[in-house]
Amino acid sequence: MIIRSSDKVLVQGITGRQGTFWTERMQEYGTNVVAGVNPKKAGTIHCGVPVTASAVEAMEQVGFDYSVLFIPPMLVKGAALDAIEAGAKGVCILTEHIPVRDVMYIMSAAKERGVQILGPNTAGCVTPDEGFLGFMPAFNSKIFKKGHIGILSRSGSLGTLFCLNVVSAGFGQSAFIGIGGDPIIGTTARDALMALDQLPQTKAIVMVGEIGGTMEEEAAQYAASMAKPVIAFIAGGAAPAGKKMGHAGAIVVGNKGTYKSKRDALEAAGVSVLDTPAGAVDVLRERLDGIA
Amino acid sequence: MNFAEHAAKPLLREVGIATPEGHLATNPEHAAEIAQTLGPCVVKAQVPTGKRGKAGGIKLVDGADAAATAARDIIGMEIAGHTVDTVLIEQQVAIKAEYYAAVLTNAISKGALMLFSTEGGMDIEEVAANTPEKLLQLEIDINHGAAIADVRQMLSLAELGEAEPEIAQTLCRLYEVFTRYDAELVEVNPLVVTRDDQIIALDCKFSMDDSAIARQPEIAASGSGEKLSQLEVRGVELGLKYIELDGDVGIIANGAGLTMTTMDVVSFYGGRPANFLEIGGDAYTKAKPALELVLSNPSVKSLVVNFCGAFARCDVMTQGIIDAWLELKPEIPVFFSIHGTGDVEAVAMLKQRMDMEPFSDMDSASKAAVEAARQ
Repeated sequence: MIIRSSDKVLVQGITGRQGTFWTERMQEYGTNVVAGVNPKKAGTIHCGVPVTASAVEAMEQVGFDYSVLFIPPMLVKGAALDAIEAGAKGVCILTEHIPVRDVMYIMSAAKERGVQILGPNTAGCVTPDEGFLGFMPAFNSKIFKKGHIGILSRSGSLGTLFCLNVVSAGFGQSAFIGIGGDPIIGTTARDALMALDQLPQTKAIVMVGEIGGTMEEEAAQYAASMAKPVIAFIAGGAAPAGKKMGHAGAIVVGNKGTYKSKRDALEAAGVSVLDTPAGAVDVLRERLDGIA
Repeated sequence: MNFAEHAAKPLLREVGIATPEGHLATNPEHAAEIAQTLGPCVVKAQVPTGKRGKAGGIKLVDGADAAATAARDIIGMEIAGHTVDTVLIEQQVAIKAEYYAAVLTNAISKGALMLFSTEGGMDIEEVAANTPEKLLQLEIDINHGAAIADVRQMLSLAELGEAEPEIAQTLCRLYEVFTRYDAELVEVNPLVVTRDDQIIALDCKFSMDDSAIARQPEIAASGSGEKLSQLEVRGVELGLKYIELDGDVGIIANGAGLTMTTMDVVSFYGGRPANFLEIGGDAYTKAKPALELVLSNPSVKSLVVNFCGAFARCDVMTQGIIDAWLELKPEIPVFFSIHGTGDVEAVAMLKQRMDMEPFSDMDSASKAAVEAARQ
């Protein structure tokens, strides 16, 4: 999901404390927020935009491209299905601790309607100087600056660290995509890598992954076909084993999902894998030598 | 949240999957009484983990005395960190065929996955690794559910003969358990066909999605909570994500990804983390109780504080740490790395109140903490 200044954005849960605070930040940054949803406050104005009873109603009244949800876990399924039914191009789900069964319903409906889902459990996405969705510090000029490095991250805090390192070294971002830390997510590492690769202004990509699942291994398959350099960091190499991944879950993934499996797959695809985050800038300079 | 076998089996019976007749016992005398009424039976350790058989926690017995002896052996046993305090005593069944069946969440298809194998009773990971063709798989879209026709098509490769329609029905019921009770995994190994052609689940493993516990309070009450150390229990009470580890370098950072990475960096420089503790999200105002918690582990010899503020503000987090530090006056060295939202204020505060400068990045702060812990 790459957000543009021309994209119309709906905020579901706009009247809550977090919804209000981050809607104001998004608006200040230039994100084109056109409406908000809260069934109990339909017909009012909040953060300078109309509040409707549903995403379907917002689509009829003002139209929108993307919806971002500031909604508590047990209510996300209803809100996301509403946005999907309304015909959103994409839905950004920030909430953590949504029951997996609800997430599966959302993913199934999104697939049927061809709707992109970002998250759940993501900090959002940023396109410097254009707009952002979620709660990333896009407005902090030490962390985000328009440039040529695409960054994707499962974790918001670690993604922020890499954005900061990139900017303090004199680079900037083409876009940042937070894909989220849940086991089932709509936009995978591979999807985000492809989206960043296809942006003409992207010259190199930093991928920030984590142990568990097979997403980095899948992304490695795509990375092998790319001309642009990819640099990766995988968090959790020192995490103790025994986080219960479900006995049968381990069957399907075989020995994938470990730090070693991810690192091997990425290196075989020509990706530079960092030992620690501090190495990012030197490797970026080296890999971009003669390109940027 | 994992469930012990005796807590998982009622969920199967709820949807019409049969299980052997059995009862729980917590002492040998009671085990003997139960065995008296059941005839030849099996005595099984009730702990929420697999590989109980390999650990000696499952015994076939005939008669009350044998059941009492088995119960005496098994009760008190340690299996994968769990102490056995209860055994399940079940009637033996005459087995004609043994199968493996499971339904679980699948990140790749973003839906449910049904698994079936004719290699029942075996270690299924070995089956998957050595003879993957014997592990049949069916992806299920939750909006369409488990269609009997699709299940039978999957099973056609297993050549089950006359039992096939009823096994297909049982798998659909297993899928019902999966959705109705918010499972991450429900597994029956073995699922057996008896000599008189009944289909019975001899064992059951059930793991509930932790995010669904709040809406399944009655079912979740019979699950086995995670085993926590005293400090971890304190962390839960404080609303902090704290995991106690066996090293000596204490860690406080914001956000799960950054905290995990701080552990990685400490390990990369040859150190051993004493804990995982993140104060991101709404917990970023809890820096003070967080520091108290980390310091109450007597193994901690040095501390890394690594903040990269986005939503969480560095000034608020740093202020909490400084307040607690000046109050507790710990005698261990501390190493800071502070960047992002509110960093200028935080760095000034650190200089003014503790006369300290943060390190330029987390690598140098972590490295210094590792060296200090060695001394």
